[in-house]
Parts: sequence; structure tokens; C-alpha cells
Amino acid sequence: MKYIDEFRQKNAAQAILKKIHEISKKKCNIMEICGTHTHAISKYGIRNALPPNICLISGPGCPVCVTSAGDVNRVIEFSKREKDVILATFGDMMRVPGTESSLQEQKAAGRDIRVVYSPLGAIDIAMAKPEKEVILFAVGFETTVPTVAATVLMAKDKGIKNFSVFALHKLTPPAMKALLDLGELNLHGFICPGHVTTIIGANAYRFIAEDYHAPCVVAGFEPLDAIHGLYMLVKQLEEGRNDIEIQYKRVVTWNGNVKAQKIIEQVFEICDSSWRGIGTIPMSGLRLKEEFADFNAEKRFGIKSETFEKPLDMILDLRLDNGDLKSEIQTGCACGEVLRGLLIPNQCPLFGKVCSPETPVGPCMVSFEGTCAAYYKYEFLQST
Amino acid sequence: MKHDRILLSHGSGGKLSYQLIHEIFLKAFGNEFLSPLNDQAVFSLPASRLAFTTDSYVVNPIFFPGGDIGKLSVCGTINDLAVGGAEPLYLSVSFIIEEGLLVEELKMVVDSMSRTAKHAGVKIITGDTKVVERGKGDKLFINTTGIGVIKDGINLSPLLIRPGNAIIVSGSIGDHGIAILSHREGIQMKIPVESDCAALHGLVKDVISQSNGILAMRDPTRGGLATTLNELVSSSGCGMIIEESAIPVKEEVKGACEILGFDPLYLANEGKLIAIVSKDSANTVLEAMQKNPLGRNASIIGAVVDAPQGKVLLETSIGNRRILDMLSGEQLPRIC
Repeated sequence: MKYIDEFRQKNAAQAILKKIHEISKKKCNIMEICGTHTHAISKYGIRNALPPNICLISGPGCPVCVTSAGDVNRVIEFSKREKDVILATFGDMMRVPGTESSLQEQKAAGRDIRVVYSPLGAIDIAMAKPEKEVILFAVGFETTVPTVAATVLMAKDKGIKNFSVFALHKLTPPAMKALLDLGELNLHGFICPGHVTTIIGANAYRFIAEDYHAPCVVAGFEPLDAIHGLYMLVKQLEEGRNDIEIQYKRVVTWNGNVKAQKIIEQVFEICDSSWRGIGTIPMSGLRLKEEFADFNAEKRFGIKSETFEKPLDMILDLRLDNGDLKSEIQTGCACGEVLRGLLIPNQCPLFGKVCSPETPVGPCMVSFEGTCAAYYKYEFLQST
Repeated sequence: MKHDRILLSHGSGGKLSYQLIHEIFLKAFGNEFLSPLNDQAVFSLPASRLAFTTDSYVVNPIFFPGGDIGKLSVCGTINDLAVGGAEPLYLSVSFIIEEGLLVEELKMVVDSMSRTAKHAGVKIITGDTKVVERGKGDKLFINTTGIGVIKDGINLSPLLIRPGNAIIVSGSIGDHGIAILSHREGIQMKIPVESDCAALHGLVKDVISQSNGILAMRDPTRGGLATTLNELVSSSGCGMIIEESAIPVKEEVKGACEILGFDPLYLANEGKLIAIVSKDSANTVLEAMQKNPLGRNASIIGAVVDAPQGKVLLETSIGNRRILDMLSGEQLPRIC
């Protein structure tokens, strides 16, 4: 097994799609929580291959998209704060708009902002530049957290003094609960994120089946995984079952990666977190524990957190000051609705007009895996 | 050379400049046009139709698996001429050197340029050198400009593309992008990916001599195959259908893309070309390409269609269709 082409076999994919067409009778809305599923569905043209009674809705599962404008502002403050600060970030965060600027604009203005592919890359920079303060801008769901936790432990172990973390990690199950509690949704089932579940275990979704009576299937990210996961979910819906099922059995278990969970618990504690397009969700984020305060950039540099904010309003405020975009914005960036599954991207009046991957207005267009960017890149056909 | 590193004085026009030109540049590039060191090269050309192109090279790092900035700067400009159907003859070269560059590194780059140019049968006939203060450049930037002649009867243009034409790519895609990125990020792979950096005029010559059914050619550098195909549809007014499973991608490039989150269709190539050919001559062109080592893995990847106009459709590996868009934003800065 090379784990590349095996899960992209045309015949198998078409056979499962055919089965979905055969069994699917009910009209249903299915949410894929994770941005990587959204991406795979678009990249392999899966959406268009499903029967018309199945509607796929993309959830708030892209960590870049849900980072609030206020948090981007704060990280920009870090980069400006001292001239000897190096900010290490994952590449996708570079384009995310704060209220007035983005990291890529700050980099062009001379701030030392560097893209790393792994949190350990920030440690390497810190060790190579002992005279600089290196701040890792850490975003991501449960999948990313263990590596950041391990990086903090490593920094502590090695006695690295010039390294700290600005952690904006978010948790998946509380966001799903918040969406379900909003009551504004018309969702019948969930495709749950494969890699997040590798860490937290599929039991984490029990409450969805038990309290909200919606079936869940944990699926992998290869096209065959996604199609197979959809088949399993549609089958449950047709049979009237509300079970938690694992399609992605080659990596996902019911209890998850206990070692990774322990390392998260050792370094982080749960806190409220601000989600772009949704607002503050209680107990949906992670912050460094007090014993790691030396590595907490917020404590070290004294930039206070703005926990309560209305992120979308902040985007509106920004653009209102900004003249020419004013009228369009007032009529509407619909990222809040897209993230809650109330609208699909091309129902937003800005989609493909003022808002595109080159000039993203809202969070869903910002990341390559954002719902709107995925729609734009793979499915948007300009009217000709 | 007395100094180990390039000093600002090497760009001053004085004694050190003289030394640099004689001991490094002339030694490597010397020929009847360059050696008199006039302010210009004077030459005559054997044809009335010329191709003329320029490109600047800022790749980071300057040495990478499968090549270096020098080889790239010669091949890149040759390829821009070659895909227009031209036979490349002469290059100019302009160096912008950051103060402090090791003279040894400059020598390696210059020797590599000289080797590549000799092997390709082109001459470097005029040049310039500037030195900027440390911190104002990044080691070395190179500009090359090239001139070539187009034989009578050869006429390549995207305007000639018509529905029904076949689309051929000359080999595996994404090698250069992954070679640079993995080297830059220190990613160790079991099978290291080398840049495909190569001069393609020999391949073009082989193909053109076998068939007059070639309508247009491009080299898919920055932005990759997907972006180049989109450029071709937007200038031709046709559409394209590409079959993903027919696009050659090396296993190790696929693997690296999976790890790093890149799509090989958007990665830079430096030794590949795309040819749009009439349906009847597709197999002849393909066979001619495959006989040349640089086109060994050539493949017919799709066809030109009339609708949707100006769009490239991809038949994905699992058999569904979607739009293949241009690259948005920057995937990898300073790739060439």
C-alpha cells in the first residue's frame, strides 16, 4: 500500500456513487464539518456526482477561517511590538484579514514574519536567533494541538528562553454543539473529521446521536473515503438510524490517541474562544496552563485578550471606513450564514464579485480550504 | 581572485570589476562576440523572423537538487525561445550580486551557466554586473535575455488552437517545485526529487522536424500546468477537457504534495512543455517526444473543446468533472 492511489480508484468510486443513487430517497442536508472534506469533495467533483436530493453543507471546520479578526489584530500587535520579534506562522494565516491589515501586509511593511510548516520550525528559528523573541502563532483544531504541546515541552526541556506561543486552538465538539443549539439549522447528519477524531476518538460525538438524534460518520479524506462515508451516512438516514460510525477505520478508534490527549492535557486547559462568523463559543478553545506561562506570548508581552466580540461586525466596521467596498459590504458578506450551513457560498451576493481568493472579504474565502474558496476554485463557473 | 567574497568594489567599474570580469566571466563565457568587451555585442542573424525574450531569476536557494540559479537562467530563457519554435542563438546575462557572496559560489554558478550554454549550443555575448550592499539583495539575482531565429514555415500561436486538437505534456510535472521546496524546508525524502531544469530546444526541434501539426507550445513554469492551460484557453477562446489520470506525476512528487498540501498541477516546472497539436498528428508528435530523453514520459492529457469557452475542465481521477482554475495567490515564492 502506498496510500496514494488506492483510495482514488475510479471504478470503486463510481460503484459507490451508483449505490448512493440507488438507496437515497429522502431529501437531506448533510454537513461536512471539516474544511479538508470540503476541499476533497470539491477537488474530486463529488458534489455534482450526488443525487439532487442530497445537499452538502460545509461546516466551520477550517481553523484559519474561524480565527477572528480581533485575534488577527492581536497577532499583528505582537509583530509590531518589539523590533526584535520574529513571528512564526502557518502559511495560510498570512492572508487572513484583521480589521485593518493582514500578516502579509505587515510582512511587506518590514515586520519579521516567517512561514513554518511545523511548530518545530519555530524552535529552530529561536535556537538560530537567540537574540530575537520568536512567537509561534498557533491555530488549529485537536489535530494540530499535540505537536504544539510537544513543541512547548521541548522548549521547556531545552531551556529555550526566547520562544513563546500565541495559542488560538479550537475544539470541534463544542462548535458542533453550538451549531446544533442555534436551532437555525436544518441538518440531518454529519460527516465528522477524520484526523481530529484520530486524536479525540469517535466517542466524542455520542452526544450528537443521543441528544440531537443526528447520525455521524467519521470519514477519511481520500475521495473513496469521502464517498464511502457519505454512503454510510445516507444508509443510516434511509434506515432511520442515529448511530456513530467510523468509515476511516485505518486510523480512527473509539477512544482516540490517548498519548496525544495526555500531552494536550499536560500543556493546555479549556477556555472560551472567539469564532469568526459565529461569535464566542463557551469552552471551545485551549490556552496554555499557568505552569507554562513563560511560553505564553499573551502573558509575556501583555497583550490582553478580547474575548467578547462580534467578529463579522468588525469586518463590517473595517470596510465601512474603507470607502469603495462600503455599499457591497452593507448588503452582505454572508460568511456567518455559510459557516452555520444556512447558505451555500454562491448564494452570497459578494461571492465571485467583490470577494474572491485574490481579494477575500470574509473568512470562508481566505483559506484555500475555506468553504467559499473551495467553491470558487473548483465549482465556480463565471457566466459567459 | 584576491578576495574570498564579493565586495562592493567588485561592482565599482574599477580594478576589482576588471578582475572579476576577466577571471570569472570571460574565463567561463569567452567567445568572439563577448571577448572584445565592447559596450555591445555586434552580430548578424541568418533569418528575418526573430524571437526575443527576457527573464529574471531570483530562486532561493541558489543551489538546489538538479540545478542552480545559473543553469536555470540559461535553460529558462532558452525554453521561452524554444516554445515559440525558435532556435536559440545568443544570450545576454546580467548579475545583481549581494555584497558578501562567496566568490567560490559565484564561480560555481558561472561555470554551470557556461556548461549549460555550451551544451545547448548558445553563446553568451554581452553582460553586466552590479553589486548591492549586504541585506539589499539575496546572494544573487540573474537576468538573461535571449534571441533566436524562427525558420520559414514555422508558425506557432494560441490563436491557431481549435476544438478537437490534442494536448500533450512532455513529461512528469511538479518536479522543480517540490525539489526547491523540499530543499528549502529541509524535508528529507527517501527518493529525493530533483529539479527537471533542462533546455528544451532539442526536443522542440525533434518534434517540429517530425510533424507540422503543432499549433502552439508553452512551458508551464510558475503557476504550473493548470495556470498555463488556462492562459491557453483564454487566448484561444476555446475550452479544454483534461484527464487527471493521464497527467504524469512522479510517485515521490505525489507523496511530497500529500504531505505538504500542494497540488502538482500548480507546481512550477523548468524542463517541460505543453504542445497543442492537431488530432491527426497527435501520435506522431507523442512518439517523436518519447524518443528524446527529455520527453520520454510524454503523454496526451486531453483535448481542446468548443465549450465552456475560456475554461479548463478536469475529469478527476475518480471520474467526476470539475473546473481547473488558475493559481490564486502565491503558492511558493521565489521558485525561479
